[in-house]
Amino acid sequence: MNFIRFINGSIKLILQGSKAYYAWLFFLVALALWGGFGYIDQLQDGLITTNMRDSVSWAFYIGNFTFLVGIAAAAIMLVIPAYIYDWKPIKEIVIFGELLAVCAVIMCIAFIVVDIGNPMRFWHMLPLVGTMNFPYSMLSWDFFFLLAYLIINLTVVTHLLYSIFHKKEYNKKVVQVIVLISIPMAVGIHTVTAFLYNALPARPFWNSALLAPRFLASAFCSGPAILLILFQILRKITKFEIKDKAIWTIAELMVYAMFIYLFFTIAELFKEFYSGTEHILYWKYLLFGIGDSKEIVPYSWSSIIMGFIAFVLFLIPKTRKNFVTLNIGAVLIYASVYVEKGIALIIPGFTPDVLGQIYVYTPSITEIRTAAMIFSLGFLLFTFLVKIAIAIVFENYNISDIIKKEKSVKSEMSTI
Amino acid sequence: MKKDKSRRSLLKNISLASFAALAATGCNMKELEEFFQRNFRTLSDKEKDDIINNLEQKYKEKYDKEFQVSAQAAMDQVEFAYALDLSRCVGCRKCVYACVGENNQSRSPQIHWIQVLQMEKEKGIDFAHSDVHYNPEKVPEKGHFYLPVACQQCQNPQCTTVCPVKATWQEPDGIVVVDYNWCIGCRYCMAACPYGARHFNWGEPEIPAEELNTDMHYLGNRPRMKGVVEKCTFCIQRVRKGKYPSCVEVCPVGARKFGNLLDPESEIRYILENKRVLVLKEELNTQPRFYYFFGV
Ligand code: SF4
Ligand code: SF4
Repeated sequence: MNFIRFINGSIKLILQGSKAYYAWLFFLVALALWGGFGYIDQLQDGLITTNMRDSVSWAFYIGNFTFLVGIAAAAIMLVIPAYIYDWKPIKEIVIFGELLAVCAVIMCIAFIVVDIGNPMRFWHMLPLVGTMNFPYSMLSWDFFFLLAYLIINLTVVTHLLYSIFHKKEYNKKVVQVIVLISIPMAVGIHTVTAFLYNALPARPFWNSALLAPRFLASAFCSGPAILLILFQILRKITKFEIKDKAIWTIAELMVYAMFIYLFFTIAELFKEFYSGTEHILYWKYLLFGIGDSKEIVPYSWSSIIMGFIAFVLFLIPKTRKNFVTLNIGAVLIYASVYVEKGIALIIPGFTPDVLGQIYVYTPSITEIRTAAMIFSLGFLLFTFLVKIAIAIVFENYNISDIIKKEKSVKSEMSTI
Repeated sequence: MKKDKSRRSLLKNISLASFAALAATGCNMKELEEFFQRNFRTLSDKEKDDIINNLEQKYKEKYDKEFQVSAQAAMDQVEFAYALDLSRCVGCRKCVYACVGENNQSRSPQIHWIQVLQMEKEKGIDFAHSDVHYNPEKVPEKGHFYLPVACQQCQNPQCTTVCPVKATWQEPDGIVVVDYNWCIGCRYCMAACPYGARHFNWGEPEIPAEELNTDMHYLGNRPRMKGVVEKCTFCIQRVRKGKYPSCVEVCPVGARKFGNLLDPESEIRYILENKRVLVLKEELNTQPRFYYFFGV
């Protein structure tokens, strides 16, 4: 009964809001529809509607998946500085971080589903009913890590919200322990995802020990960028009190992450270009193109340039502490990492292919639409969850109030 | 009592509803059975027989022809290997098309299990400077030699290790096969194979019914479906019956040799003994069962 009340109340909540909120919803729904109709083509005709082919057999979808694993991981890793620097609204940071992580993992799974040829056979991966190739296949590892991570985060955040909703004390000890477990898990999911690529000797571009560290560093650039903006919005529209200082500290940490990423990448580039073996081809394709095949070059340089501007904006204290430039930087770094993971990480792994042939890949319109569908649905889910969470945490949306209201309505009815 | 009844009727309703849904989607029991079919390697002989009978029936209805689908297992004391004479191959691609016909590869979208690479004599075996799309009026072209590549039937295959569902594995006679009904189409194996030997059915495969090879093996050349991976099986439907692979038979210059590694009298053993052989990308430790050599 209480659960039904909660659902009813929440539905009302997510349907109410300012004009800006409706505009945002409308935008997301329109995008999801546009994307969804593109995805229908793929469902009918198969993956031939993508630009993937035997040479480049993984591409934009798996890149999006990788990017979102990074978001999911970074959302939780942000809890570490929150503890260390003792930012006041730590509970709130945990809640919103976990909500982001949950949505990101769900989107990850969605990207896998659209990428595989037979999504209905998903159950073949499970133990007992299927024949899971554990522990040999990194993909089984990844699947289980992601699932475990989803369950852990979902548990914590529902427990927290549920307790507040019922005006009960939440179980501090348990929550703290689980959050502490979820931090290494966050590192874990991203590392395992890096190992997915890393473990393939056939693909020299990925077969570098620096791949996993670079993954983590770049995730720590993009993940907090979303939260940075979210925190500012929350601060404006709710009682969420996060000090400027905390936001600047996040930005500062992001600079470190960017610096580490830059360093790792330069180390990688030095090794490749100075030794100048055949493996240099993949980097050449990424940065300059090979022969006439230069289609991917704009992607990689736009990512580099956006990342670089963000780095500078975050590095200089003056622009870091100015919220306009700070937000520009956050959007730029998010976009930069997105292009880096979506295209620049995956495509050179396959181009030139294992037999030295070049198949020029750029995402097809179906791929872009399908990705747009997943992102807009994911953001829609995130928006709704955040809306409900805001009401519970800041606006005193709770069970006793709902019951009281119901009673008063009833008594009014009876007096009439 | 009442509760029980309502529950039962609820169950009944659910099953009725799901049947209706199934009927609406045009799903019949056979398809459902196929959907729940388990990994080929976990099936009993009886189950395999049933599945194969069903398949033959299904193909007959679909293509209006008689088919023999075999599930013949590997023979004892047999380990297949292949050798290719690089000094003979002229790059005519006869093997490519013989393979397409024999193994029922999709004509559209086009799938070729064998890729013939044209290489520059001056560069030696150098993939980065090779070309699969060479198209002169006459082969061989001056200054070039040809290197056909298909699955190398690695002794240490990386494609099978990475498969998350064990849909692909190595048979006792060394042939790496795929269970098309079990593959989820994740394409991890394609990323892992260092020889570009695995091919994906990006769309619904199309083969003209009159061109279908009706002599099939379950793990080999039976028609595939959209969204699964396929690869060279050394013509499993032929070699397990003691025949040569199609490409060996068709090669006009006799560049292709095939045999049983465990048989001291076989041609393959003769080549290993008397010619110097090489394997591709030996540094990856895949240990191919596909050798290249220079016969003259
Ligand atoms: S060549 Fe590729 S597909 Fe064939 S066994 Fe080796 S890794 Fe597997
Ligand atoms: S594509 Fe099929 S055979 Fe290849 S790894 Fe995935 S499930 Fe296994």
